Amino acid sequence: MTPLLQVENVAKFYGARIGCTDVSFNLYPGEVMGIVGESGSGKSTLLNCLAGHLVPDRGAVRFDTRAEGLRDTITMSEPERRMLGRTDWAFVHQHARDGLRMNVSAGGNVGERLMAVNARHYGKIRASAIDWLGRVEITEDRIDDRPTAFSGGMQQRLQIARNLVTGPRLVFMDEPTGGLDVSVQARLLDLLRGLVREMGLSAIIVTHDLAVVRLLADRLMVMKDGHVIEAGLTDQVLDDPQHAYTQLLVSSVLQV
Amino acid sequence: MISIENISKSFVLHNQGGVEIPVMRGASLTVAPGECIALTGASGAGKSTLMRMIYGNYLTASGRIMIGDLDVACAAPREIIALRRNTLGYVSQFLRVVPRVSTLDVVSEPLLTTGTPCTQALETAQELLARLNISERLWSLSPTTFSGGEQQRVNIARGFAYPYPALLLDEPTASLDPKNRAIVLAMITEAKACGAAIIGIFHDAAARDEVCDRQLDVGQFTPGTMV
Repeated sequence: MTPLLQVENVAKFYGARIGCTDVSFNLYPGEVMGIVGESGSGKSTLLNCLAGHLVPDRGAVRFDTRAEGLRDTITMSEPERRMLGRTDWAFVHQHARDGLRMNVSAGGNVGERLMAVNARHYGKIRASAIDWLGRVEITEDRIDDRPTAFSGGMQQRLQIARNLVTGPRLVFMDEPTGGLDVSVQARLLDLLRGLVREMGLSAIIVTHDLAVVRLLADRLMVMKDGHVIEAGLTDQVLDDPQHAYTQLLVSSVLQV
Repeated sequence: MISIENISKSFVLHNQGGVEIPVMRGASLTVAPGECIALTGASGAGKSTLMRMIYGNYLTASGRIMIGDLDVACAAPREIIALRRNTLGYVSQFLRVVPRVSTLDVVSEPLLTTGTPCTQALETAQELLARLNISERLWSLSPTTFSGGEQQRVNIARGFAYPYPALLLDEPTASLDPKNRAIVLAMITEAKACGAAIIGIFHDAAARDEVCDRQLDVGQFTPGTMV
């Protein structure tokens, strides 16, 4: 099977400082991979390199495009990369306001992504906006409200609707449940799991919450100081950690 | 169906002075389709460890763990994911679920991920829950708030929803009353009749004698006395 994303020796430096280095892995269709590590470990840098937001200094990030198979997204032209960003990729930011247009209505936020891929029929756009708002449990009567009038959890769900409406194949998520209270987090996790299964999505989720990756991710990568120090099946890495740092990380979680 | 050859494992505790604890050496066993084997041995002998190694939850240091034609000891994560989805089931002692997900959805999930149509998956889940005496008014609730025995039965329903050809059971009857215990034992017998290869841990000797064809003392694979 062709991997959806093939990452080879990716490295990004900030001057002499290491952002992330020597990162290689294959992600297959339908797989959800978690990346954990303390702040400053390079996980967000890596995610941004993979999603085309940062240009890595070394390495290749190959994506299995619909038309031409595996293509290196680092060397492809800017318009091509942007097109991928609008069609096959989605990026869910930690802070919903980074991924939403705050002064456009909820329906407009979802519809905008559709118009970016050439949807023009107003009725159809509005209908799929309503459909998606429903899927993320935002009622239809809120469609004309702006996200500024939404709670944090609702904003995050709106961001997810906006991202998934175009039927992407790969979703990048940066701390998608960070900053939300636990009951909202649980709803969001449930929602994400359902969507991943129904749509056959692949996803890369950066988080520092081990409980989140245990529930969402099939595979796990542990990062420290810009290096991947351990990788494997999520439950295996959490239940039988091999590296000293991973053992420390797992044993530091408070039991509820 | 399951064939284990000469496997070993040790834990290295890096944050506790790097102490190395060997927990298993030279373990071998085979289970044929339709056969149920009980792992026995004192607490700490490594029964659950062996089970977790077979499931790919613990890494294996050396040896082979063949399930069908996949060697779990050196398989890639995605091969183990596929194995767990289609071939190898595991009923653990404890239920671990996403909060807020209904009991019906928890039980039908293994069927949905293997492509069973939604209505059929829900039907199977309802039958199993009814059979295991989970009151219908609980079906739409999350099992996180259920009693220990109820949680265990939900766990069993989930584990038996999809007909896995290989099945690992960690104390499936531990906190059940006699009536439900008999139902679970009947389900194990039926799974065997359908050709499932089963490895189980049963502290309940009567249950063990009823469903298991052979017993294997894991103590013989425990390396020396631990210091």
